[in-house]
Formats: sequence, structure tokens, C-alpha cells
Amino acid sequence: MSEEHMHHPNYLKIWAMLVGLLVVSVAGAMVGIRVVTLITAFGVACVQAYLVAKNCMHIGAARRFVPYLVATALVLMLLFFSGAAPDVMKPAGVNWVKPAWQEAAVEHDVSLHEARH
Amino acid sequence: MPTGRLAVWMVVVSEIVVFGGVLASYIMHRLAHDAWSVQAAHTNMWIGAFNTFVLLTSSLFVAFAHKAAEEGDGVKASNFLWMTVAGGTTFVIVKALEWTSEITAGYTITSSTFWSFYYTAAGLHALHVIAGVVILMIIAMQARKQMELHRVELIGIYWYFVEIVWFFLFPLLYIAK
Repeated sequence: MSEEHMHHPNYLKIWAMLVGLLVVSVAGAMVGIRVVTLITAFGVACVQAYLVAKNCMHIGAARRFVPYLVATALVLMLLFFSGAAPDVMKPAGVNWVKPAWQEAAVEHDVSLHEARH
Repeated sequence: MPTGRLAVWMVVVSEIVVFGGVLASYIMHRLAHDAWSVQAAHTNMWIGAFNTFVLLTSSLFVAFAHKAAEEGDGVKASNFLWMTVAGGTTFVIVKALEWTSEITAGYTITSSTFWSFYYTAAGLHALHVIAGVVILMIIAMQARKQMELHRVELIGIYWYFVEIVWFFLFPLLYIAK
């Protein structure tokens, strides 16, 4: 398929699918089970993004370096997450601690101890 | 590849890094702080869902505009672009009303880290919607005069990207509580 003469899919059908997926994500949240909510919400977001990128942005019809560039940006995002997440999410590391987190943990332990006795 | 299309894709790729950084930061902080769920419970899922529907529909119009532009019908493309402008404007107005109710309820950007992320991420996205609306209006006026019809596709790529970012902001800020 030429990049200059794009095939236009049935946009109304894609819109209906996207609206249906939106309904699924909202319904998933109303179920009230956390795992179901997260899977439906973020799973739906990924499917919606794929549908739009493929059918509306025509990423498949663009030059090959375009999807590679997009993939590189996404990998950079994952790299940032994997590099920064341990510092953000852990209370202590090899040569560092988070005093506020440790104080909060001690207070939590004390209140638990008091509640038991 | 035409220069304009290449430029828009470069903008999209650089924006992925910008929004990706904000979203990744939000996710790691959200996972580390269960207490955020108490703050997140104050966002209104129905307003977020309505705005998602508005963006989805505005993107349908920009797709129709692209098709009309490729067929050489500038007037039709312009009409669809104005409908997209209406969608983008509705999104921003709803967002403004939502923020007004949240700020008057005491949830400001300095209330907590959750609200700092909320206003930063949603605000950055809203700025992109506003920029998109302005560009859409310029291209709609040009298209009506049968000028620069290839630009309809370019603003479409940008608008779809703004829509995709919202697909992830909606569950993060409104559903995951």
C-alpha cells in the first residue's frame, strides 16, 4: 500500500468499537473488584491505543522508521521507569534510607503493638 | 515521506517521552503510596468518561475530514474540522468546570502529591488540546479555501495522539482508586 494513497477503514465502526471499550472500562470499575478494574481499565486503554494508531494514524502505512521511532520512545519510557522505580518505591537501598518512611513504619509498628496489648 | 508528516511524527515521538515520563512517575508513586487512593476517590469517573466520549467523537470527525481532504473536498473537510474544534472546546470547558468544583472543594495543586500529579498531567494534556483546537481552526479556514489540504492529515495525527494520551490518563486518574 502506498504511503500517499491510504486505505480508509470504516471509521464509524472503529469509533463504535472504541465507545464499546470505554463502556467496558467503566463497567469494570463499577464491579468493585480491584484486579478486574485494573485489568479492564488498562487493558482497554492499550487496545484503544492500538486501534487508533493502526487504523487512524496509519502507523503501519508510514515509513518503517516511524514505528521504530515510536517503539524507541516507549522503550526509553520503560527504561526510565525501571531505573527510577526502585528509588521511588523502596524505603531503603544499599547506601540510602528514607527517614520519613522509616519513622512512619516505626509509628505503624508501635500502634500495632499498642492495639494488641 | 513529506516533510510535514515527518515533522508531525517527530513531534509525536518527542511527546511520547514527555507524557511517558509524567505517566511513569505517576504510576511508580501511585504503587508506592496506597494512601493516594483516598485522594483519587475524589475524582469523578463520569466526568472523565464523558470527556473520553467527547474526544473519541471529535477524532471520528477528524478522520472524516482527512478522507474528505484526500477526495479534494475542502469545504466538507473544513466542516468536519469545525466539528472537531467543537469537541475539543467541549472537552476543555468540561475540564474547566471539573477543576473549578475540585478547587472550590479544597483540592488544589498543593493539597497533596496526588493532586500535584493530577493537575500537572491533566493540565499538560489540556494545553495540548487547546493547542490542537487553535491549529484545527487555522487548518479549517485554509481547507474551506481549498488551500493546504494535506495539512488535514497532519493535524489528524496530532489529534489522535492527544486522544491516545487521554486513553491512559482516564484509567490512571479516574478509575484506579
